[in-house]
Amino acid sequence: MFQLDPLFSRIAADPLAYARQWKADTGCPVIGTLCSYAPEEIIAAAGGLPLRLLTTGAGDQGADAHLQAYSCSLVRGALSDWLQGRLAALDGTVFAHTCDSMQRLSDIWRLASRDRFHADVLWPATVTAPGAEAYGVELLKDFAAAYGRYFNTDVDDSALTSTVRLYNRIRGRLRQLYALRRERPGLVPGRDWLAVMRAAMVMDRQALAEALDAMAAALAEQSAPAFEGKRLVLAGGVCEAPAIYEIIEGAGGEVVWDDLCTGWRYAAGQIEETEEVWTALARRYLRRSVCPAKHAGLTSRADELIAAARQAQADGVIFLYLKFCDPHLFDYPYLKQRLGDAGLPCLMVELEEPRAAAGQLRTRCEAFIEML
Amino acid sequence: MTGDPARERRKIRCVSRMKEIMTRYYIEAKTAADNGRKVAWITSGGPVEPLIAMDVIPVYPENHGAMIGAAKMGRDLCEKAEAMGYSSDLCAYARADIGAAPIDGGPIGGLPRPDMLVCCNNICGTVLKWYEIQARAFDVPLFVLDTPVCHTGCSDAARRYVAGQIREYIGFLEAVCGRPMDYERMAAVGRLSIEGQRLWQAVLDTAIHRPAPLSAFDAFFHLALIVTLRGTQTAVDYYRELLAEMRQRIAEGIGAVAEERYRLLWDNLPIWYRTRWLSERFAAHGACLVADTYTSAWCSSLPYLDENDFIASMAEGYTRIYLNLGIDQMAEAVIGMIDKYAVDGLVMHSNRSCKPYSLGQHDIQRIVAERRGLPTLMIEADMVDPRAFSESQVETRIDAFMEMIKARGPRGEGA
Repeated sequence: MFQLDPLFSRIAADPLAYARQWKADTGCPVIGTLCSYAPEEIIAAAGGLPLRLLTTGAGDQGADAHLQAYSCSLVRGALSDWLQGRLAALDGTVFAHTCDSMQRLSDIWRLASRDRFHADVLWPATVTAPGAEAYGVELLKDFAAAYGRYFNTDVDDSALTSTVRLYNRIRGRLRQLYALRRERPGLVPGRDWLAVMRAAMVMDRQALAEALDAMAAALAEQSAPAFEGKRLVLAGGVCEAPAIYEIIEGAGGEVVWDDLCTGWRYAAGQIEETEEVWTALARRYLRRSVCPAKHAGLTSRADELIAAARQAQADGVIFLYLKFCDPHLFDYPYLKQRLGDAGLPCLMVELEEPRAAAGQLRTRCEAFIEML
Repeated sequence: MTGDPARERRKIRCVSRMKEIMTRYYIEAKTAADNGRKVAWITSGGPVEPLIAMDVIPVYPENHGAMIGAAKMGRDLCEKAEAMGYSSDLCAYARADIGAAPIDGGPIGGLPRPDMLVCCNNICGTVLKWYEIQARAFDVPLFVLDTPVCHTGCSDAARRYVAGQIREYIGFLEAVCGRPMDYERMAAVGRLSIEGQRLWQAVLDTAIHRPAPLSAFDAFFHLALIVTLRGTQTAVDYYRELLAEMRQRIAEGIGAVAEERYRLLWDNLPIWYRTRWLSERFAAHGACLVADTYTSAWCSSLPYLDENDFIASMAEGYTRIYLNLGIDQMAEAVIGMIDKYAVDGLVMHSNRSCKPYSLGQHDIQRIVAERRGLPTLMIEADMVDPRAFSESQVETRIDAFMEMIKARGPRGEGA
């Protein structure tokens, strides 16, 4: 039976406690990020700890003074965490332009935190634009320079090159685990999977690489019983509803793949090590599995989702959206139609408060899995 | 009603001319295919001048959305989009357009079919998704002009990136139209665009006068040409005429409202299905909405445009528009307008349909209160979907706000 390294669960349960300890041990800055487009490699190469922020689950107190009720729970919850001092361990925050709500959250955040580092990494919205790569290289260098000025450090090519290698090792391992998940459903229970992915966006990346190596080695010797249940793909933005896995598994399903910002889209995309490092890094972000707030052609997201679902021999797709998430909600009717054309049933669940949505999720997911 | 001579006198005469121009424009657009001309759908903040120079007729789904809202057809068309699977939380312009397109719905029997789509994300990320949907629905080419947000400024890298896309945009038009760009004509169109923007700003600036000869509600109407026909002689001629009329009204002491005692600034898009009601509600308190951040946004990048080299200045001009700035810069612009038009208070439309415009309003409100000590009324609504509007609630809040304004007394009086 597979045993998860308790380190993963501990970090996933309280990422900020880990960050505080890391900071005390290293004396280096902890940098919050709100998006998988934040160029973590540069932060890590400069000695910082990139920490992906979700919400702490402590609610959205204080957010009303800045954000209307029609903003998503992630934006409201993260701002509340910031304003209420729950993110005091952060030395700065990096926003990467995606949706309209994040764009304005960045402004509000910046105005509320003048004593911390703040950066906007304005990736192209059109990731396929002919000038996107040259611009991407420039904005990465601009970001590195701004970071270096603030923290009085320097990101040189050799530090970046070795960090890129480290990230390739990490993402390569994550993709190996994804393949394993597809091939041997149930080998890693959903709650463990969630803990690994959460910790992967928090942990010291060298320690992470080692822990993932150990996990992969342990899994290689494990066997999973043949899986006879329903094979599902989970798609959407961030997954902040831990109950989802338990509900799906309880109903006789397994998540065999995902298209999530806190999942595959983080793991996707190798950085070409034979190319010039800045160009290679920009390319990875522009070519990785795309977020719906970006434009990479008219059919790319549907094409990619269908291909992934087919390769995973999925029986169906569950879309897990945060309420008020415009980019995903705009894409949904088209994705649903394309999945339908491909013979793949889907369910869409819109969550107002993902952490407290177990009841809503259970009823709908169970009915959907039963129908498959 | 023709019984009230003072009311008749207050009516803006150019309105009928405007209606004529817009009718002709839509007839021309709807018969474009018969006349061998191409139609491009374009976002309201998009670079229209190259289209005019290429003799392509620009059509604005957002202007159509406003017409749908004003015609009170928003609810029905939004519900049609919702039946197609689009969430009721999405932008109502987008929903109304998506709902109208397959059935030629709306007050003018639908928009003419596009030959191409031009989307500039300087106003929001919503247009990107909306135009992807319509590009698939109509199976026509889409050009995206991607303008990075100027949170704290516009980097050299961003400027170069956008400038490169302007060149690609012209290449795109040449490919779709099958003929080269006439750069002399383009330069002329650029000059007309700048002239039109200056005239429009001059029209808006007549509201500095007390009483203001036009209100924001008038500006919402007369805005249509600077959006749709920017870069044409028609727009220039019209705004010259409108400016003359405004100056005449000033000379004759004609105000937009009967007795202007209080002056207010409007923020965000209009509530299209309730403009008249709102206008009368405020006027009943002697309040005139003398200016707004919305209609002036079409002149917001004038400082970056160069009439002698329009194409080269387009990158920065289209990137540094009002909605593409950080909210602290937006607050600066609001404070500039508060001072310029000497207003007594701020009315903010918290618009469910427009996140880039609405999220951050609370911070702008706070900055305005700190810097100018002005009160703000926040109206929760939606620009097109009336289901988000509660008349009784808004009425109560307007009355309470105006009582507060009255208790403070007019700010600029006697000053």
